Amino acid sequence: MTEIIDQTTPTPVLRLEDIVKTFPGVRALDGVSLTILPGEVHALMGENGAGKSTLMKVLGGIHQPDEGQIIVAEQPVVMSGPLDAKAKGIVFIHQELSLADELSVAENIYLGELPHKRFGLVDWAELEAKTNAILEKLKVGFNAKTRVGDLSIANQQMVEIARALTVDAKAVIFDEPTASLTDAEKVVLFEVISDLQEQGVGIAYISHRMEEIFKITDRISVLRDGQYQGTVNTADTNEENVTQMMIGRKLDLSRNEAHHELGEVALEVRGLSCGSLFEDVNFEVRRGEVVGFYGLVGAGRTEIAETLFGLRNPTSGSIFLDGAEVAITSPHDAIERGISLVPEDRKGQGLVLGMNCRDNMTLPQVDDLKAGPFVADGAEIAIFDQYRDKLDIRTPGWKQLVGNLSGGNQQKIVIGKWLSMRPNVLIVDEPTRGIDVGSKAEIHNLLRDLAAQGYAVIVISSEMPEVLHVADRIVAMYSGRIMRTFTSEEVTEENLIAAISGLNTEKVA
Amino acid sequence: MAESTKQDIGKLLAKQGILIAFALFIIGFTIANPKFLTLDNFENVVRSSAILGVMALGVTFVVISGNLDLSVGSMMSFSTIVVLDLHDKLGPTLAIPAMFAMTLCLGALIGFLVGYLKLNSLIVTLGMLSAIHGLTLTYSGGKNMDIADKEGTWFAIFGQGNILGIQTPILIFIALAALLGIILAKTPFGRKVYAVGGNGTAATFSGIRRARVVFLCYIMSALCVATAGLIQASRSMGSQNTVGQGLELEVLAAVILGGASLLGGSGTIFKTVIGVLILGFIQNGLLLVGLDFSVQYVVTWIIIILAVWLDIAAKRGKLMSPIA
Amino acid sequence: MQVGKLSKYLAGGAIWGFIVLELIFFSVAGEFFSVSDKAFMDADNMLLLLKQSAPIGIIAMGMTIVMVNGNIDLSVGAIYAICAIILLDSMTWTMFAGLGNWVIPVAWCLALLTGLVLGAINGLIVWKTGVDAFIVTLGSMLGYRGLVFMYNGEQPTSHLNWTLVDFAEAQFLGLHTATWFLLVVTVAIWFLMNRTVHGRNAYAIGNNREAAVNAGIRVGPHMMINFMIIGFLAALSAVVFYSESGSVNPNDGQLYELWVITAVVLGGTKLTGGAGSIVSTFGGVIAIQLLRKGLAHIGADTSTVNLVIGLILIAVLFLDRQLNVKGKEELKV
Repeated sequence: MTEIIDQTTPTPVLRLEDIVKTFPGVRALDGVSLTILPGEVHALMGENGAGKSTLMKVLGGIHQPDEGQIIVAEQPVVMSGPLDAKAKGIVFIHQELSLADELSVAENIYLGELPHKRFGLVDWAELEAKTNAILEKLKVGFNAKTRVGDLSIANQQMVEIARALTVDAKAVIFDEPTASLTDAEKVVLFEVISDLQEQGVGIAYISHRMEEIFKITDRISVLRDGQYQGTVNTADTNEENVTQMMIGRKLDLSRNEAHHELGEVALEVRGLSCGSLFEDVNFEVRRGEVVGFYGLVGAGRTEIAETLFGLRNPTSGSIFLDGAEVAITSPHDAIERGISLVPEDRKGQGLVLGMNCRDNMTLPQVDDLKAGPFVADGAEIAIFDQYRDKLDIRTPGWKQLVGNLSGGNQQKIVIGKWLSMRPNVLIVDEPTRGIDVGSKAEIHNLLRDLAAQGYAVIVISSEMPEVLHVADRIVAMYSGRIMRTFTSEEVTEENLIAAISGLNTEKVA
Repeated sequence: MAESTKQDIGKLLAKQGILIAFALFIIGFTIANPKFLTLDNFENVVRSSAILGVMALGVTFVVISGNLDLSVGSMMSFSTIVVLDLHDKLGPTLAIPAMFAMTLCLGALIGFLVGYLKLNSLIVTLGMLSAIHGLTLTYSGGKNMDIADKEGTWFAIFGQGNILGIQTPILIFIALAALLGIILAKTPFGRKVYAVGGNGTAATFSGIRRARVVFLCYIMSALCVATAGLIQASRSMGSQNTVGQGLELEVLAAVILGGASLLGGSGTIFKTVIGVLILGFIQNGLLLVGLDFSVQYVVTWIIIILAVWLDIAAKRGKLMSPIA
Repeated sequence: MQVGKLSKYLAGGAIWGFIVLELIFFSVAGEFFSVSDKAFMDADNMLLLLKQSAPIGIIAMGMTIVMVNGNIDLSVGAIYAICAIILLDSMTWTMFAGLGNWVIPVAWCLALLTGLVLGAINGLIVWKTGVDAFIVTLGSMLGYRGLVFMYNGEQPTSHLNWTLVDFAEAQFLGLHTATWFLLVVTVAIWFLMNRTVHGRNAYAIGNNREAAVNAGIRVGPHMMINFMIIGFLAALSAVVFYSESGSVNPNDGQLYELWVITAVVLGGTKLTGGAGSIVSTFGGVIAIQLLRKGLAHIGADTSTVNLVIGLILIAVLFLDRQLNVKGKEELKV
């Protein structure tokens, strides 16, 4: 599929034609085409795992495409590496900061191409002068000699952006640039982008934030499962259409309307605080209920879960399980008291990737599965088989290393691991991050089923459809505080967004 | 077809490369000197590798848990000196448990520092290497230790004795390898060691008390070191303060040769035993074909590099590293 | 090791505070315990201290750049021994018989070249195989030591050239030859790490390797050059020391890697790479030598020195960790 460009369009700064990139087992990009015109901001959207990052890495020279062509200024080119891409005027601004924090701002901006005199001596004067010129444009409050490690995350992001200005860029790729920026800093960034635009630079802009996309971009291209879905003019579309292109169907905005009898209060939290992370948190979860925690990244949701799971020490407040006050000092403690946590970082916190499926699943209860002094093989396999069937985990067998499974199946292993503990309270943090649409629905249904069976479930999510779909009640958090708790009847998209943006000062416990 | 056969051979080589190299070695040496592949010689190799081997068993636990132990050499000197000294003062029956207790205290200290205080194991055990060496010298006053009455004690049984026709060091090595092998492979504790080394954060998130697991790994290591010290003391009935010096690196070499990753999470006791035997057979084989022990060092070097190289090459699917 | 406040502080100069403490302690304690009646801070004693710091100190400068680069080199002790043998033995080779005293520079060059080549072998293996530097140099530590023994068995290699001894024992502006070498190497490596593109790139690679790679820095050649530098410096250290002593045992240089790493870590260089300073390493070298000499001065033997150095190393690590805890908010993993 190629897009139609009318005759009046100027020569594109960058064109991708039918790019194919395969990794072992995955066709990450399947014939993707994209055209970036001079002076436009071109949004690239798609769900996690849709192939955006891979596409950008192909553009930035980090990956080589298996098939297809990259065309810069009407010339087919081969990007041999990031430096080569940069030399051709394609600059990539990474999502994960790729700075050396022990080095100065100037050294980071000119990393890999420090100006030098004879004998490889760094030309500090030139380096500083060039850097300061760029920093002035960005209106930042630090200078060339500042150590990057001493800067705030947002300022580090500005350093990253400053890199784009060192070369005569034809196209600049921004990968989620505002993820860690404050509103004031965003304004500066958007000014920088519009400056670049005026200079005729083409900009590829990846973001999940719809309001940004509709504010600053000219056109939107959408990827889904590595395939190109089409390009639309931002002015001619709306959020719903774009979302539909991304997920391939109409957005399921169905509310959770399943009503069943709620049981006793399983977990109650009173006045819980943890330093600057969250403050005076109060809520309760009943058996048979799903409580959704919704808010922006950094609002303190994950930290509350970690505190409940004994991974952080609360500075004040109390936790009650089945009406009795408890002190939870370690995950081991939490598990003994019937709390389970499916953590947000599947690979970093949830799984031992070098271990097989069965061992991962039974890890928290390996002490209880004993035959004499040994681990009881049979009991372990029985548990694995039970949850493989229950969760429909697709794996050749229990001996398969978890690292070889797909994201969705990995997540199901983590969920199975905690379900098999038969917890009183199940906390699930970002249960569907990086998982394909089909698996998402399965996991949502599973969470509903668990509640129906009498589990008390907490779901932490950054995706509004997800909380609306699965939660009986929604706790909206902003900056470490609970702003409001909604029942599924009260909640609307507008008041939910208002609550998590800190706009709603009305606080309901 | 040819391509896939080639790949299969590559995979096999990578996976069982160590065993294949080991087999080739044995064949080569046997051709060079028929004495090499005899039961007598085999016994000889195992006996002379027993001390190194026993230490390597403990270090395997530490390495799988994702840490290092560079202090085992000087700790072994310590236990050897202590047990020899106490032998004449308390008699062997009390000296042995006293030495084990003291060595375990050192292991507990390291385990506390690395496990509970979460200090970097390389530096801690480097510091302990030096500190324990100092401790040993202070204890002995720098003098060699000797058992006064070498004939009138049963202490020699651990290093020089026979039980059912098998030399005791061999018996101890085999028994300990079997015991620790079962602990590592079959018990909940063993499973936790792999989890902690494979992904410590995920292990903590699974309710595993990581500090305790690491602590116990160092206790295991100290236990093995004490046993090695006992064999050493009993074999020689007298010792210098530096008897274990440099052994820490040979031990580590054996463990790595067995295929344990320094990053933690992989390795087995069986593979470590193979690693120990390879080192032992190289030493012995080179000696039998009349080459100096110095050649053994060079050969060990080449073998270690090749073994680890093949291992990671198989994992990344490319022989050469992608480093630009 | 984490980016510790203390390691930053150490890098910033706390090591000098430690040195001052040592000086005060040993001066005062020396009044009570010393076996000699000379004061500890006697000028001659301090000059001697600098001279004795040279063998470890010269190698420590190379270790700093290798560790900042994110690697480690355990084979320095063995390289040191090989180069010492080449230095002394080559002076007796018949092909150089006609050179007279011109054999000295030839022997020096041979020894330094040997160090360079051995370092390059390490670097090349790390680069091309992708095996961790710890394992590679652990292996070559054994291998190179094997070469030492292959060369001359367990016999010491000896050759005294009096011109050389005179040179090595000379004092210029009050400082011994060895001290001058240490100072020149310190300045040169400082310059290399702080003023050249290679040095800054080495920091970048150790600090954030992926970022360095993405910025187009070629990691392999930089690592290789650094291994060659440390090999060269291990050789230089041998040249300086054995020019004077004239006899090398095959076990010489054993445990040097431990002393060197201790000095470098004491100086605040991060084990994970990316941070460290040559000046602080110099401080670390002096601090260790002071400790050795000071303890000897107050009548303690080598055993106490070993004990104290080991404990100090652990204490530094412990303090660093404690200062680094973010308090109650920290995630307990």
